[in-house]
Amino acid sequence: MTPLGSAAAIGLQAISRIAQLVAVILVIATFNFVLVRAAPGDPAQVMAGQSGASDPKLLDDLRKEYGLDKPYFVQLVSHLGRVVRLDLGYSYRQRRPVVDLILERLPATLLLTVTAFCLALVIGTALGALAGLAAGSVLDTVFTVLSLVLYATPVFWLGLMLVLVFSVTLGWLPPFGYETINVQLSPIEHALDIMKHMIMPVTSLAAIYLAIYARLMRSSIIEVAQQDFIKTARAKGLSGTRIVVGHMLRNALVPVVTVAGMQAGALVGGAVVIETVFAWPGLGRLTFEALLQRDYPVLLGIFLILSIVVIALNLLTDLVYRLIDPRMTTGAA
Amino acid sequence: METVRAFLRHPSGMIGLVLLLVVVVVAIIAPMVFPVSPWEMVGAPFTPPGEDGLWLGGDTLGRDVAAGVAYGARVSLLIGIASALAAMAIGVVIGAISGYFGGKVDLVLMRMTELFQTIPAFVLAILLVATFNPSLLTIILTIGAVSWPPLARLTRAEFLRLRHREFVEAALCQGERTWRIVLGHILPNAISPILVVTSLTVATAILLESALSFMGLGDPNLMSWGFMIGAGRTVIRNAWWMSVFPGLAILLTVLAINLFGEGLSDVLNPRVSRRRS
Repeated sequence: MTPLGSAAAIGLQAISRIAQLVAVILVIATFNFVLVRAAPGDPAQVMAGQSGASDPKLLDDLRKEYGLDKPYFVQLVSHLGRVVRLDLGYSYRQRRPVVDLILERLPATLLLTVTAFCLALVIGTALGALAGLAAGSVLDTVFTVLSLVLYATPVFWLGLMLVLVFSVTLGWLPPFGYETINVQLSPIEHALDIMKHMIMPVTSLAAIYLAIYARLMRSSIIEVAQQDFIKTARAKGLSGTRIVVGHMLRNALVPVVTVAGMQAGALVGGAVVIETVFAWPGLGRLTFEALLQRDYPVLLGIFLILSIVVIALNLLTDLVYRLIDPRMTTGAA
Repeated sequence: METVRAFLRHPSGMIGLVLLLVVVVVAIIAPMVFPVSPWEMVGAPFTPPGEDGLWLGGDTLGRDVAAGVAYGARVSLLIGIASALAAMAIGVVIGAISGYFGGKVDLVLMRMTELFQTIPAFVLAILLVATFNPSLLTIILTIGAVSWPPLARLTRAEFLRLRHREFVEAALCQGERTWRIVLGHILPNAISPILVVTSLTVATAILLESALSFMGLGDPNLMSWGFMIGAGRTVIRNAWWMSVFPGLAILLTVLAINLFGEGLSDVLNPRVSRRRS
């Protein structure tokens, strides 16, 4: 394919991706709309939450604001219009717009999930590759058993166990929070302080995905090692390292990256629980607070925003996919 | 018989089966061993394990952690199995329609499946349970509603594979009705991989349930492992046993089901098994 042709193809793909993104956001916004109407009780009461439901004036205002007396279709269109303008409603509990609450917490969640995602992917594939190249060895067996156990461990419990060992017993790491409060720190010290607080949440979140990617990479490496082009490379007299790095890793990574993209949703879900364990000031913690107060507009907004985060992580894996898949680079996907 | 014999020779599958049987037995005999409800106080608050006849200790109110773990096995198994069956029902119906009819129906259903696979399932589960209030039924239906996509994709793939086989064509030629072909001819031939994935879904369903009840979205009338860990979280400095033991129970149960399911997969369908691993 000519360079121009492939550039056009990439452009087309980017456009179709963005169209997909918009479609997904609209579908989820519609779903949220339906859910509020399906919830037991009057939609105005649902939106006002437990605190506001006893205030007849607020309920009346809400009915007017959301046009709850108008036909469903009109309500839906105006709901979608609001979502497009990033108006996700108002938290009567916290007395602030939902979108402000969410944007304030989003960076902490992104920091946690993206770090865990990248670490799991890098370390998981490295360990998996090692295990696969040494298939049948003691190392391989240890990895396999470890990944089976990790795969069966509830994330939030793993987090608590880390707290028990590293904070309660050994006193090495801060048990919760995002930073040490009430201290004056230089920017570098501050960054180090945040990193110290991140160690346990990131480890517990990454562990399971690390195990999944390692297992996949292991079987992927074993499969690739048996293929003809590896035999050809050996016959050509290429060194072992060059075969592993240049031929095997790249090909073996393809299925791992595919699965990593598919697991992004589960990773974000895991972050919600982990933030609850570690009082990490992100969207998961906000979810927990909103649940305690049954602050429904906040829950709906979080669902929408976290879905967008997952789609963004998917786009990221798509990019990685492009970089590593040999077929992609020639344009003949 | 051949299958059973093959499974008996599968080492990790057998370990899984034995562990799983232990959990099942504990779930069955819980009321006999612990006649007092796990919600009742039986000792002093914060009793350490082994004291006052409480093998696994007492919680903040002096309730027996061991009783909670035993009764929790009933809740976890019940919710795990019921919601995996719910997921199977949804997944098989969607996958079968998609794979059998193909075309536009397939396109629409698969787009929907992809969407469900993309969105954060746990966050959707939180939203659903919070909307319809936590109870045994809403939790089971919710977990079923977020766990079906892999089963739908698998069923679809199996139906696509079997759709044009001779025995299906023969049935078509004989003028058999569509539902008879689907239920009587295709589904029986697709059922074993579906059962394997359903058994593995039980494990993820148990993990999902424990996370929901940890977040305070469990059935308030049922003692569940996730709820116990959630209750132990804030007092982990004083009472490690409150969160350690229920967590170990989840770990062992999920591990048992995964080992069992993978053993089953190796024995029943080596083809799918190889693809999965």
